[in-house]
Amino acid sequence: MSYLSPLQWMFYLAALLAVIASIKVISGKNSVHALLYLVVSLLAVAVCFYLMGAPFAAGLEVIVYAGAILVLFVFAIMMFGLGQDEMLHAPKISSLRLWLGPVIIATTLLIQLLFVIDDSEMQTKLTSMVIDAKQVGISLYGPYLLAVEIASFLLLAGLIAGYHFAKPDGPDEHLGLQKNSNHHSRQHSLLGSSHKSGANK
Amino acid sequence: MSAIPLNHVLILACILFAIGFTGVIVRKNTLFILMSLEVMLNAVGIAFIGAGSVWQQADGQVMFILILTLAAAEVAVGLALLIQMQKRFKSLDIDLLSKLKG
Repeated sequence: MSYLSPLQWMFYLAALLAVIASIKVISGKNSVHALLYLVVSLLAVAVCFYLMGAPFAAGLEVIVYAGAILVLFVFAIMMFGLGQDEMLHAPKISSLRLWLGPVIIATTLLIQLLFVIDDSEMQTKLTSMVIDAKQVGISLYGPYLLAVEIASFLLLAGLIAGYHFAKPDGPDEHLGLQKNSNHHSRQHSLLGSSHKSGANK
Repeated sequence: MSAIPLNHVLILACILFAIGFTGVIVRKNTLFILMSLEVMLNAVGIAFIGAGSVWQQADGQVMFILILTLAAAEVAVGLALLIQMQKRFKSLDIDLLSKLKG
């Protein structure tokens, strides 16, 4: 038990990188840097999946999680327009130092992947225990068909809810807002006057 | 039988889940709370994949795909709500959303 195979070494290294990157995600101040660390964390978890014999899940993790969901985060952050206040407090020219952490972790993961692909003995060991996409597909569209349908309904609901909450309020947005605020202030003044009259009574 | 013992996979999943949970509890920025939720969902996926690889069944990966769709839908709705919040409060502080407090 004291001897660890190279496969296990690589798994523990990727797990350590995932934990470090996740800690950096929740402890970061700048949202874009935290997002960068989240991408690296997901990539490290994808390496773990690959070493656990699930290359299909690893590919999905990279494509869907790191590729699609994180791009959604990036778009949202761009729409928030947090750029000004965060740039104000950011150091001016030290951009290299800020990028250093994710770059180091991502490079380590890349070296790990190249090592796995290069080592033929590890390849044979990995392919002996792999669950490929065919088995997953047969299972997904066989006994889990109902779950797939429910998941599609969930995605449709997410689509509609996302559109409903994020849509612009139309060209008369300013008008509507002003009318609303005027209405509110009038209501408040009415309330205040009624309170006053009540107090006077 | 997988080369990596299931214990260690579950320990990794627990550590990542705890990190994500800490982020959800501690952070005030709603964007960071969403990111921590992603970390938590990811940890659950690790547990499923590890169990599936130990028993050599495809069910673990099927569950992971379902978790993936759940995360996608959750992020879409969450980010849309965040955009609304930014529009109305000009801030992402979750303490501003306390109107329902008694």
